[in-house]
Amino acid sequence: MDVSQYLEIFIDETKEHLQSISEQLLVLEKEPENEETINIIFRAAHSLKGMAGTMGYKRMQNLTHDMENVFSEIRAGNMKVTSQLVDVLFKSLDALEEYSTNIQETADEGTNDNEEIIKQLNDILAQGVGSNKNQKEKHKESFIKQSIKKETTPTNTSLSFNNIKIADYEKNAIIKAKSIGEKAYGITITISENCILKAARAFLVFKALEEFGDVIKSYPDVQDIEDEKFDYEFNVIIITKDSEAKVKEAVLNVSEIKNVELSVIEVNENEVVNETKEEKVSQPVELNKNVQAAAVVEQKAAIKENIQESLKQEDKKSPQNNSAVQAKQPQKTNAKVNRSVRVDIEKLDVLMNLVSELIIAKNGLVSISNDEDNSINNSGFNEQIEYLERVTTSLHESVMKVRMVPIESVVNRFPRMIRDLNKKLGKKMELYMTGEDTELDRTVIDEIGDPLMHLLRNAADHGLEGNAERLANGKPEVGSIFLDAYQDGNNVVIEVRDDGSGINIEKVKRKALEKGTITEEQGKSITDKEVIDLLFRPSFSTSEVITDVSGRGVGLDVVKTKIEALGGDIECRTKLGEGSNFIIRLPLTLAIIQALMVELGTEKYAIPLGNIQTIEDIGYEDVKFVQTKEVINLRGSVIPLIRLDKVLDVEPREEKPETLTIVIVTKGDKVAGLVVDNLIGQQEIVIKSLGKYINNNKIINGATILGDGEVALIIDVNTLV
Amino acid sequence: MEEKEEVVCLNQYIVVKIGNEQYGIDIKYVDNIVRMQRITRVPKAQNYFKGVINLRGEVIAVMSMRLKFGLESDTITNNTRIIIIKLDPQSAIGILVDEVKEVVTLDIEAIDKSKYNAKEEKSAYLFGVGQHEGTLISILDIESVIVENL
Repeated sequence: MDVSQYLEIFIDETKEHLQSISEQLLVLEKEPENEETINIIFRAAHSLKGMAGTMGYKRMQNLTHDMENVFSEIRAGNMKVTSQLVDVLFKSLDALEEYSTNIQETADEGTNDNEEIIKQLNDILAQGVGSNKNQKEKHKESFIKQSIKKETTPTNTSLSFNNIKIADYEKNAIIKAKSIGEKAYGITITISENCILKAARAFLVFKALEEFGDVIKSYPDVQDIEDEKFDYEFNVIIITKDSEAKVKEAVLNVSEIKNVELSVIEVNENEVVNETKEEKVSQPVELNKNVQAAAVVEQKAAIKENIQESLKQEDKKSPQNNSAVQAKQPQKTNAKVNRSVRVDIEKLDVLMNLVSELIIAKNGLVSISNDEDNSINNSGFNEQIEYLERVTTSLHESVMKVRMVPIESVVNRFPRMIRDLNKKLGKKMELYMTGEDTELDRTVIDEIGDPLMHLLRNAADHGLEGNAERLANGKPEVGSIFLDAYQDGNNVVIEVRDDGSGINIEKVKRKALEKGTITEEQGKSITDKEVIDLLFRPSFSTSEVITDVSGRGVGLDVVKTKIEALGGDIECRTKLGEGSNFIIRLPLTLAIIQALMVELGTEKYAIPLGNIQTIEDIGYEDVKFVQTKEVINLRGSVIPLIRLDKVLDVEPREEKPETLTIVIVTKGDKVAGLVVDNLIGQQEIVIKSLGKYINNNKIINGATILGDGEVALIIDVNTLV
Repeated sequence: MEEKEEVVCLNQYIVVKIGNEQYGIDIKYVDNIVRMQRITRVPKAQNYFKGVINLRGEVIAVMSMRLKFGLESDTITNNTRIIIIKLDPQSAIGILVDEVKEVVTLDIEAIDKSKYNAKEEKSAYLFGVGQHEGTLISILDIESVIVENL
């Protein structure tokens, strides 16, 4: 069977299942008796096995099969969950992940049999079950049956077409059909258990049936089938001229259909209360439903076709690569799966609505321009422009929302990582996460995982002290690492915090002097903040021992580079003995922002609105000097001034205004006042890159094109403050 | 290594004037030639960058060849042109030249790669010197002009 078209779905679902198993395993380790958890894991493992089997990934199937065996024993109460067991299970998960990555890259699972892990699993199984020696051998055979039984027993065995309640109007239809020589058949169709897309198969069955005649009824109803709200069986009643055998054959022609039962339905005419009126009314409704559902299914099918199409193109490159099952595929086949975002249907609906509004607005404008009498429609024109503006703004917002993905998809692998580090480093620690639902642009989400992992590893390895030391310092024995994400204006902030020993500034300074990173002279005048910044320099590590967790000194500078490449920045706050806090600040969106346009001399600049707190007019006499730096006292707080024209080398204006116009900007809890010559107004701007050749000290983080075609530069407040 | 190919290789060059000299730019890098337009200064950039322009909705950095070659700064005339260069499809850059003369076809073999004066600073940006109808044309190694100092 050609399954390549399902590859994308398979990979997505595999990832979901693996993630859910991983999460539940962590729970299970803490609460070994939690039945709910065991059931979830068991189900996930079972689905994985089924999926892998259908796709022809034998190694993956074997491994999941053995995992499933273990869970089945646990579920039956024959085994206890031990830490050792969880370790092995995690190893199996890693192996499965490796398969899945291989599949994603090459459409082949690779050649690693992971016999070691399978053996361990079986050993545990043998030990755990103890006296039951035959268990192991018996298991393999009996298991598949057993599991199938388990899966199917809850479903109604009585679920056959005989039990379908036939409404009166349907009976009427059947009787009518009979009168013109057609027959009504009841069909029970069983789809094979390892079918991935039951709904799609069902749809194909419907389609095959519709060639013969009218499907008048199905149980579960079409909508439920479409939503996969059925197990492996469903029933339909069809009215057709053709013979039983013909219909049956047609259904069996659809692949992955296990069984078809078919018989003629007889209706007792006397039972029918003849209400022809009702018949007329309700039948079309039913039909409509069918049509609707069919349309949806068709859409799905179209998407699938697309996938198939793209896969076909791949196939052309490697002719033998007809199905992903073939193991002897050329190794060099490129990544098979495109990057995708799963989008909530609702978000798409909103988009669709907005686009229709956009079209209406456009039509409005067209009709106005077609009107010859120009004097009257000026107000109408403005109205349309305003309407258009509203629609485009909402459209932009919704498109942005579609691109947004909760950060959860990145951080949910961290608990597992911390657990591993726990064992590896021999320190007890706990990870607390908040704000996993904070959303970030997809492009940022893809890139942010590694930097965060670096920071967490750093916190675990360098940040937290050993357990004994912690107790000696009067801290709780178990170290805490916090990962907090939240939104702050136009930024998303992610903090990685630990309650460890903090950064020893003196030690860093010594190290820097030793390495010659700073000179003796610099060492005397260097501020604490500058010392911390040294940590972000390439190849600067303070750890005495290099472990495989961290300490090679490639960490923080890579983190910083990556985050800056995303348009964000990172800072570190630390207190000796109390812990350190790495604060990552990322732009919420990458493409369009609200900005305040200002004038400096003759030039125009944009300041992102998300950074702006207030705008103040201040008289010259209110500017004070602290350590020769200009500050203002604004409602009780002292705010340093930044003369933008000096920073940006703008030629100052000749005439001096009576007051200074100051834009108060914030970055976290830091505040500064930017002195500008003139305010132009608020505007939605599209951020364009300056290209990779021009180099400008990062004060300018992009440019935008104004309505008149002029280019204005965007000031990066985060680097100024 | 590619000598064989080069024998049959006739390259087209756009001849531009920068200062008193004529330079050739391989046409395969040239995306577009536009008239002088308003350039927005970019503060704190390298001194030979004049700023950025808006080319049909794209923001493109513009460098001055005169400043890059250490000549006195540009005087904008009616003949001043910005040549849009694309080394790779994603990143375009504009270079400001005094005048665009013509397009010539030169045999790569006819380009003398040793004739230029190695002492001159700008020679690092030259690929060689070609001849066309009696005049000398310095062929620019456009990649080293643009990519340098990244």
